[in-house]
Amino acid sequence: MNTAWRVVLDFLARVGRAQFFLLRVLAALPSLARRPGLVVQQIYSVGVLSLVIIVVSGSFVGMVLALQGYNTLVRFGAETSLGLVVGLTIVRELGPVVTALLFAGRACSAMAAEIGLMRATEQLAGMEMMAVDPVKRVIAPRFLAGVISMPLLTAIFSVMAIGIAGGYFIGVIVLGVDPGAYWSQIQSGISVWGDIFNGLFKSLVFGVAASWIAVYQGYHAEPTSEGVSRATTRTVVMASLAVLGLDFILTALMFGG
Amino acid sequence: MAQAGTPARESAASDEVVVHIRDLCIRRGGHAIYDGADFDIRRGLITAIMGPSGSGKTTLLRLIGGQWRPDRGSVTVDGEDVPRLSQSRLYELRKRMGMMFQGGALLTDYSVFENVAFPLREHTRLPESMIRDLVLMKLQAVGLRGARALMPEELSGGMARRVAMARAIALDPMMIMYDEPFTGQDPISMGVLMRLIRRINDALGLTSIVVSHDVDEILSIADDVYIVSGGKVLDHGSAERIRNTRSERVRQFIDGAPDGPVPFHYPAADYAQDLLGGGA
Repeated sequence: MNTAWRVVLDFLARVGRAQFFLLRVLAALPSLARRPGLVVQQIYSVGVLSLVIIVVSGSFVGMVLALQGYNTLVRFGAETSLGLVVGLTIVRELGPVVTALLFAGRACSAMAAEIGLMRATEQLAGMEMMAVDPVKRVIAPRFLAGVISMPLLTAIFSVMAIGIAGGYFIGVIVLGVDPGAYWSQIQSGISVWGDIFNGLFKSLVFGVAASWIAVYQGYHAEPTSEGVSRATTRTVVMASLAVLGLDFILTALMFGG
Repeated sequence: MAQAGTPARESAASDEVVVHIRDLCIRRGGHAIYDGADFDIRRGLITAIMGPSGSGKTTLLRLIGGQWRPDRGSVTVDGEDVPRLSQSRLYELRKRMGMMFQGGALLTDYSVFENVAFPLREHTRLPESMIRDLVLMKLQAVGLRGARALMPEELSGGMARRVAMARAIALDPMMIMYDEPFTGQDPISMGVLMRLIRRINDALGLTSIVVSHDVDEILSIADDVYIVSGGKVLDHGSAERIRNTRSERVRQFIDGAPDGPVPFHYPAADYAQDLLGGGA
């Protein structure tokens, strides 16, 4: 009982510390208005460098969806609805979620490892001693870059038609679905506000959660190689679980009827 | 170069105390790092803080720099009560302090030039041409003007510390703290660092605090020496006085004797009993 109580208290203390840390990061964001270059640099690092994995994954997810969707729809003679099935699935669910999971694995892990290594090599302590707040100089730009990059990557994954184009390639070019039907179903069945913006809003929430976890874990990593490794692993695991948990909550709120 | 620790130098230095520490107590992990220690760091001098590993030398620098707060006692730097300062006032104070970390703590994404320029870019609005001139002057002072384009991973340990030294003096601080500057250095690098610490202190009129356990090196440049161990100041005085001390504990440290007041063996049960007992 004692141990269980301690575990609960320990967990609550960690959550509290993480919330205070988020407040510090949010308070530091206005200072970035004077130095947008820091954020642009990080958007390149976490966003642009994640493009390849997002584009490749988006096209494969679209192709697999089209294959599976076609095999089911053709039994009911409804293969002309393939575009709607692929489009809705990607825009509402798979786009934001898969992008966030890939982002957690590619960008958040790198962010946590980089910040953790800066801690281990005393670069953060060095900044503090030079009267430079590392939260403003190092953490806030990375956090903001993650929050901005996630919806943009999601848009590229789903809305900018990488996933939908993958579905088009398999459905229309390989399996012979009518191209007009494919696009018209998407046009008539997907709503800009109800589907696309809800999907992008989800990705924004995922971006906040995943980036928060990454910068917190990196900043509080033990200053050893094992500590940095643990922080990186925890970032990927916690960010992935947070994305899936938040997805359920947001889906229930947005599309739960 | 003038001889360190001579009466002439000490009389030339100001008697003004720039760092005033009283009744310092701090515990970490259930262990008392300091338990009622007093320090006075005088302006213009090189003060050495010496002691065995784990005796709280680096902790003292963290307390002076305001990175840690003491559990009890006062830490005053240039008249400012460090533990009670707000973050903005602490940062203002830190602009007047330089610190050289053991590993250099250089920013690995930046070149040597950019590392030295970093505090200038962060805290001043100087034009680029002036920043360039200042950086080159600081690098010239540590003999690394020609290495300005190198990245930190291309530097040897000694060079990295010299770059860190140039960065520490970039804002012309009143005081500079060195954390184990000689650890792991070859004799040439060690000699260069020793000479630089002395020369920079005298040329810029700084106050230097050097934390080290390299006895011969540090005693050759220090004006004032504190020996710390077990949470207390064991001895304090000029380098000459420390060299000739009769305190057994200090003598053991200065001479590097393996056994003495600090025993060779970690406290344990009787050896014979332990061997015959068969327990863990």
